[in-house]
This record gives sequence, C-alpha cells and structure tokens, in this order.
Amino acid sequence: MPTSAPPHPSGENRPWRSVDQAMQRHDYRPDALIETLHAAQDAFGYLDGETLAYIAAKLRLPPAKVFGVATFYNHFSHKPKGEHTLVVCTGTACHVKGTDRVLAWVRDRYGLLPGETTADNRLSLVEVRCVGACALAPVILTDGDVIGKRGVEETTAVIEEWLHHAP
Amino acid sequence: MHRDELRRRAAEHRLHLEGFAHHLLVCSSLGCAHNDALITALRRSVAERGMESRVLIRKTGCMGLCALGPLVAVQPEGWLYQHVRPEDADVVVASLGQQPSEQLLVPPDLPFFARQHKNVLALSGRIDPESLDDYLAAGGYAGLFAALDMRPAEVIRRIQESGLRGRGGAGYPTGLKWATVAKARGARKYIICNADEGDPGAFMDRSILESTPHAVLEGMIIAAYAVGACQGYIYVRAEYPLAVHRLKLAIRQAERHNLLGHAICGLNLDLAIQIRLGAGAFVCGEETALIESVEGRRGIPRPRPPYPAEKGLWGYPTLINNVETYANVGPIIDRGSRWFAALGTEASKGTKVFALTGKIVHTGLIEVPMGTTLREIVFDIGGGIPDGHGFKAVQTGGPSGGCIPAEHLDAPVSYESLSELGSIMGSGGMIVMDDTSSMIDIVKYFIEFCMDESCGKCIPCRVGTAQIHRLLTAFQERTATEADLAQLEMLCDLVKNTSLCGLGQSAPNPVLSTLRYFRQEYLDRISESRQPEDRP
Repeated sequence: MPTSAPPHPSGENRPWRSVDQAMQRHDYRPDALIETLHAAQDAFGYLDGETLAYIAAKLRLPPAKVFGVATFYNHFSHKPKGEHTLVVCTGTACHVKGTDRVLAWVRDRYGLLPGETTADNRLSLVEVRCVGACALAPVILTDGDVIGKRGVEETTAVIEEWLHHAP
Repeated sequence: MHRDELRRRAAEHRLHLEGFAHHLLVCSSLGCAHNDALITALRRSVAERGMESRVLIRKTGCMGLCALGPLVAVQPEGWLYQHVRPEDADVVVASLGQQPSEQLLVPPDLPFFARQHKNVLALSGRIDPESLDDYLAAGGYAGLFAALDMRPAEVIRRIQESGLRGRGGAGYPTGLKWATVAKARGARKYIICNADEGDPGAFMDRSILESTPHAVLEGMIIAAYAVGACQGYIYVRAEYPLAVHRLKLAIRQAERHNLLGHAICGLNLDLAIQIRLGAGAFVCGEETALIESVEGRRGIPRPRPPYPAEKGLWGYPTLINNVETYANVGPIIDRGSRWFAALGTEASKGTKVFALTGKIVHTGLIEVPMGTTLREIVFDIGGGIPDGHGFKAVQTGGPSGGCIPAEHLDAPVSYESLSELGSIMGSGGMIVMDDTSSMIDIVKYFIEFCMDESCGKCIPCRVGTAQIHRLLTAFQERTATEADLAQLEMLCDLVKNTSLCGLGQSAPNPVLSTLRYFRQEYLDRISESRQPEDRP
C-alpha cells in the first residue's frame, strides 16, 4: 500500500497536495474521509483504486471501508470523464418538463447512457438528482454552465450547438 | 468584537448606503444565472453618465420570481425589472429618477408579490449575501444580540412559545427538541444544520443559503447558546456550489468579527462551525444517516431511539435542525414569540417557504403564512396553469409526499391538513401537474427514486421499493392485472409500516395518495391490458 504520494502510471504529475491538505486540515482523523474524497475528485476528476488506497493508508482506514464509502455516494465517480461533460438534471420539475426526452435524444444521437463516455472520449453524460434550479426546468449543465427554461427541442439544439463549437 | 461595536458598524454602513440616491439590486442566485455581463453593462452605463456617486449596484440573493429572471430591483423607487439583458442596461439606468421603463417593469400589483408574507425571505434579494455589513445594517444579528442578554432557558422558552416546528418535513416542535438537548447529559454537545436538501424539485434551502447565509449562522449561534453546544456542522449538498461558497465566506466573516470562535461578542460563549459536503445520497437527509455521514461513513440510518438529542454525533447529545428552521430563529428572538405565533394556524405557526415549479406560470420561490390555501398558492400567487391546460394535481413533499387533486384545492397548507390529505408538508417543494400529466408516470418516477436511494440496510425498503417499482412498470406498460393492484396496496402498507427510517416509511406515500385520488387511472390501465389485440 503506498504511503507517500505515488507518481501516476501515466507519468503525469498528480496534484496530491490538495488531497494531503484536506487530510491535514482534519488532523488525519477518520471522519475526514468524505472531505478527502471530495478533494481528490476535485483534483483528479475521478477516484481510481490507487487514489483510494493512498487515502486509506494515510487515514489508517481499511481499504474496504474507503471503497465502501466512495461507492455509496452518487457524487463520486470512478471512471475518467471525457473532454466535455453534459449534466442532465432529473429532478421532479425537470422530469415533468421532459428531461427524459432529452436523455432519450442523447441516447439516440450519441449512443450514450448516463454515466457513459463516447468512444472518442469527446462527451460524458451525467445524470444528477436535482441541482435546485427547478424554476428553470428542464435544466442541463454544459461543462458547468446552467442552461434552462428552454423546452425539450430547444435544449437538444443547444447541446448540438455547444458540442459543435466546443474546442 | 463586542455588540456595541457591531451595532456601530451597522449604523455606519446604513449611513453609507443612504448616501446613494438609487440602488440597483441584481439577483445573482442560481435561478438568474449569467448576470455578470449584466452587472458589467450596468456599471458601464452608470459610469458613462457620471452617476457613480449616486447609484450603487449590488448583487443580491433570490428575489423569488425566477420565471421572469434575470431580475433587477430599483430602490427607493420600488420597481422590479424583468428579463433584463445586458443591452437593456442603458434603459434601466436612464429611468432612474424618471419614469419606469414600461417594457421591463413587472406590474407592481402582481398577486405573486402582494399575496406573500416574507419573514425568512424578508432580506432575500434586498442585501448582498456576501456582505456581513449589509446583513448587520438590515438588522441582522439583532436576534443574537437580544438572545445573549437572556439566560439559555429563556431563549428555549421563547422558541417553545412561538410554536415553531421543524421546517425540514416532519414538523417536530423545535423548542421541545432544543429543551431535550439542553437537558441531555454529555461531556460536550453538537449542533448540526441539515442543508442536505435532497427532495428533487425543492430549492428553498439553496435559496436561503445563497441569499442570507448569515441568517442561518445567526440561528445556529443562538441554538448553540441555548443548548450549550460548542461545535457545529453544516451538512450541505455538494451540488450547491454557490451556496457552499457563500456559506464559507459568511463563516470567515463571522469568525473575523467575533460572531464565531472563542468568547463570542466578548462573552463566555465558544462556537466553531465547519462545513461538511454531502455527496449525493438522499437518505442523508434522515438525521441519523446524516450523522453517520458527518462521521465519515456510509450514510446508513441508525435505529431510533436513542434519538440524536440524547446520543448523536460521536455519541454526544446533538441538535439537528433544518436550514429554514434556523433562519426562523433570529426573527423570533428579535420580534418576539407572540409576533410569530400570531401568524399561521392553531397548530402550524409562522410562515413557510415553498418552491413552486412544474406546469405553472410563475415558477419561483414563495413564502406564505401557514393556512394559506393551495388554490391561493397555485392560482393567485402562481398565476395558474400555462398554455390553456387544466389543473390536475399538486405534489407536495417530494418522494415522501403525495399528489393532491383539484377537489382539495381549498385545503389550507399546514402540517395537519396536508397529512390528512395523504401528503406531507415536506421541506416545501410544490410541483404542479396539468391535465397532460400521467399520475402513474409521476409515481413511478418517485418510486424509482426511492428504490435507487434506498441504502439497503432494511429489507422492507430495499426489496419493497423494487417490487413496487416492478408493479408500477406493469401498470405503465398496460400489462397489470387486478391481482397486481391488490399486491401493490399490500406492499405499500408493508413498506410504510415496517421500514427502519423515514425514507422507507414514506416511500409509498405517492402511490397511496394516487390510489386514493386517481384510482381510475390504475383501473383504466388494467382494463386496457385485457385487450392485448387492441394494443399497437
């Protein structure tokens, strides 16, 4: 089990510092686990086995427990995301206003189900419970930008437009 | 910093604000996104006219009427401008001190505003949420200052007399909870603010945190003083980045001005508040699951009793209240229990914030006295159903609530009346459905939600919600039989009465309420399934 910050297999230099800082801020207490997982996901975009093992060792927690917590919560992702991320809100107001049809369109157009990334790594689709912007339903987030109040057809047009112009 | 210094600071800031002839307040909540360009345009327009010393532009929290956003309020004129785009900046600035721009003006007599009673949301949209001085100048922390002159028992008595009940859903009397924690024995005590607003379709807490974060801190400090806690946690959803940002800022400001930390206001009172980010688990809205999560574990509920008031975080007495509950505390102490108790109904006092969404004209955030009828909310404040459709049902309480049909529109919103109707007050989500909505579709949506979010600890919830979902799918696909209907009712009863926590106990509510009011839709699906040759 690694106890010092390991280099990433890809050779990239991982920003472990923010992860270490999160643990330090909580004196390496076991209850720092979720906060640390947040910091790691913010830094790396996702949580892989190596990251979980590192955190387990540092917080002196069984790796199984760390894995259990990391997989319990929907917010944590265990696979890398594509170049762009489309988030579709599936809250009740968005459901009533037709986000299931937006999701069906994304499935037909890009062959994506929630949680998946296209083969060319261009687009990831993420389904979230509710972003709390219900008055703007149906709501999507294109790389973090909130887009709402636009009906199903217009929303799908916005997605195509965004992907077309995205770098 | 002592109270007198903070009061002096408030007076100075009030003078500073009064020095401006006009105030442009720009909503900068999530509902009015993309307004940075608007603020830049307004600043430029003001500068071009050389009016910088007379016009103050401020970002504020939510003004409520998200349907007409981005919103800009003009004070002291009292105008509200709707759908303001950056290119409208010149029109807005040119109207100052003149006539309002007719094309942008929201009619001042709009029932959306006239029928509301703002208490928790009184400062929302009127102050800069990122400025402690703004909150102080508007009378913020007056409740805390008053509480610190009372004995803790006196503070609790006032909360009890006000009749305040928990705004997170269950409606437990707040004063009673505080008294239990105050009486509980423990080497230390904790307070927690439940800001894990998990109900899909609800955004009251997000809005309060984004608009008046100090109001939540004020309520927590008063609560900590009353029950004798020295450490507090705010458990907030990671999906609310703006709320988290503003809370962090507010905590830092409060620490710097001695409203948090050691010897608060120079008195014998210590309180530290930390933020804990939720990670997307609906069950963590349940208080014991939330405690597990704060402790860094999977959010799995514990059996109650013991209640958190006696054995909570790390086994110590813990007070857990919801965001809106804490936001009610400051005004109650400041204005008195009698003022609060005069609002609302016999058993449900005060006001309640609702997130009004779905098939309704004026989507947004509203606050009404308890006892207001659903009809007033949907048709007067909400402006009715758009596109010429008819009203079918209003869903309250999210996945734990029910669908209320047109014949009960005259029911008042209160904990008791909503529960009699088979729904619950819940945290305040209100989703309106029109005559095109299928009740079976919406119910299946909620059960799917509960099935996915069930933590899996107890069997009735884990297996029961999956079986209910299977049966509802049969109804949706028109393959259900009468035996399925009987089994559905039996399962709902079982899951409701034998699940460990609130998630399972209330998961069947959407099914039960639609079986009560929209049974014909279920029966139609059965009769349609009898003629397979007619199916496409």
